[in-house]
Amino acid sequence: MRIWLARHVQSALASLGRLWRQPLGTLLTVLVIGIALALPATLGVLVRNGEAVAGRWTSVRDFSVYLQPGLPVEQAGELAASLERRPLIAAVRLITADDALAELRTAGGFAGVIDALERNPLPHTLVVRPAADADDAAIAALADELRALPAVELVQLDSDWVARLDAMLAFARRAIWIAAALLVTAVIVIVGNTIRLDIQNQRAEIEVAKLLGATDAFVRRPFLYTGLWYGLAGGGVALLLLLAEQALLAGPAARLAALYGGSFEPLGLSRGGVAAVLGAALAAGLAGAWLAVARHLAAIQPRV
Amino acid sequence: MIRFEQVTKRYPGGREGLVDVSMQIGAGELVFVTGHSGAGKSTLLKLIALIERPTRGQVLVEGRNIGRLPRRAIPAHRRQIGMVFQDHKLLPERTVFENVALPLLIAGLRRRDIQRRVRAALDQVGLLDREQARPEMLSTGEQQRVGIARAVVGRPKLLIADEPTGNLDPALSLEIMLLFRRLNEVGVTMLIATHDIGLLDQLSGRRLMLDAGRLAADLGLH
Repeated sequence: MRIWLARHVQSALASLGRLWRQPLGTLLTVLVIGIALALPATLGVLVRNGEAVAGRWTSVRDFSVYLQPGLPVEQAGELAASLERRPLIAAVRLITADDALAELRTAGGFAGVIDALERNPLPHTLVVRPAADADDAAIAALADELRALPAVELVQLDSDWVARLDAMLAFARRAIWIAAALLVTAVIVIVGNTIRLDIQNQRAEIEVAKLLGATDAFVRRPFLYTGLWYGLAGGGVALLLLLAEQALLAGPAARLAALYGGSFEPLGLSRGGVAAVLGAALAAGLAGAWLAVARHLAAIQPRV
Repeated sequence: MIRFEQVTKRYPGGREGLVDVSMQIGAGELVFVTGHSGAGKSTLLKLIALIERPTRGQVLVEGRNIGRLPRRAIPAHRRQIGMVFQDHKLLPERTVFENVALPLLIAGLRRRDIQRRVRAALDQVGLLDREQARPEMLSTGEQQRVGIARAVVGRPKLLIADEPTGNLDPALSLEIMLLFRRLNEVGVTMLIATHDIGLLDQLSGRRLMLDAGRLAADLGLH
C-alpha cells in the first residue's frame, strides 16, 4: 500500500516536472482550458446575480388598483376596508390623489407643471398586498374581479415583468448548460490532443518501458496525471479569471445599482460553483487523457 | 529453463522466421545463437521475450508454455528476463543511473533498494563513476555496458542479448562477451545471438546454428 502510494506520488510529480520543463506549451494549453471553462462560469455568475436581483422583487407581489377619477375619497376608503377583510389579501394601502400629487411634486421635479394644473389629474390608488400563501393564479383571478368593479379604472399587476424576468433567467440557465457541455467537451478534446502528442513524443520511452516489463497501468499513469494537472491548472486559471472579472465589474455594478436607488453587492461564484468549475476541469482533464491513452497507447508495441 | 518444441514462426506476408525448431537450454547455461542475418536468431529471442508469438509449436520457459500467456501476463513475464539490444535502447534524456533504475522502478521497488541495486549493477559493469552521465556522453562500449547493467539489475535468471556487439569494434566486442561470461558464472542463464563468427572463435560455449530458420547444428562445449 505504501509502495503503491509512493508510486503514484512519484508518477504525479514526474508528470508535473515534465510539464514544468515545457513551460510555454503547458502555459498555452492551461490558458485555453482556463478560458474555455471561465466562459460558462462567467455566464453562470451573471445569471446568479440576475436571480439575486429578481429574487428581491419576486417576493413583492403587490399590485396597484387605480380607481375612477373623481371617486370620493370616502368610497375609496370603504373599498380598501372591504378588500382588506378578504382572506386572499394581507393588506391594502390607500394612496389618495392628494398624497400621490404631493409625492410627485417632491420626487419627480414636476413642481412647476403640477402648479400649473387647475385640478388634480391623479386618481386614488389602492396598493394591494396579497396574502403570503396566495398563489399566482388566485392573485390573477382577484385582479380580474377587481377590474370588473365599477369604482375601478385599472388594475396593474407589477408581477408581470418579474415573471418575464424569471422566464428569461430560466432560458439563460439552460443556455449556460449547453455552453458548459460544449466547452467541457472542447477541454476534453484539447487535453486529449495534447496528451496524444505527448505519447508520440515519448514513443521510444514507452517502447523501452514495455520491453522491460512495464504494465499498461505503469505506462498509462504519468499521462493520466498529466491530464489531471492540466485540468487542475486550467480550473485554477478559470477561477482567477472569474475573480478578475468580478473586480472589474464591481464598480460599474455599484453605479448601476445606485441609479436604481439601491445598493447591490455583486455575487461571485458560489462555493458549489467553485467546486463545479474545479470538478469539471479535473474530470475533463482526466477524461481527455484517458481517451488519448486508450486510443494510442495500446498501439505502441515494442519493435526490436 | 527454455524448451522449444517444433516451433515455427511465420510472419504476416509468409516469411518464415523459424521452421520446426526444437531445442532445450538448461539453467545456468551460456548459449550462443549464430547464423547469417535473417537466419532466425532474432525471432528465436523474440519468442522467448514474447515480443512475438509462435505460429506453431510450444515455447516453454521454466516449464510454462508462454505462447498461451494472455496479453496482460506479458509484462510480468518480461520482468523475469533481462534483455540486451544491439542499439542498447537507453533513454537519451535520462542519466545512466535513471536508465539502469528503470526496471526496478517498473517492478515497484523502494527507493533505497533501487539505489543499492543500481550501484551494484553499475559496479559489475565497471561504470559506477558514470552514474550521473547521460548516455550520449559515453562511448559505444560504455553505452552497451549500461545496457547490460540495466538487463541484470533486476537479477533475472535468464538474460537474452540480440547482437550485443553489433556496433562495437573487435576489442570492445570481446570485452563485452567476457562480461557476459562473468555474469554467467554467477548463475545467470544466457542466450546471446551474434553473427560474429570471428568473435565466437575466441570464446568457448554451446552454439545453436540457425540457417534459413532451421536449426542447422547444436554444437556442445567447444
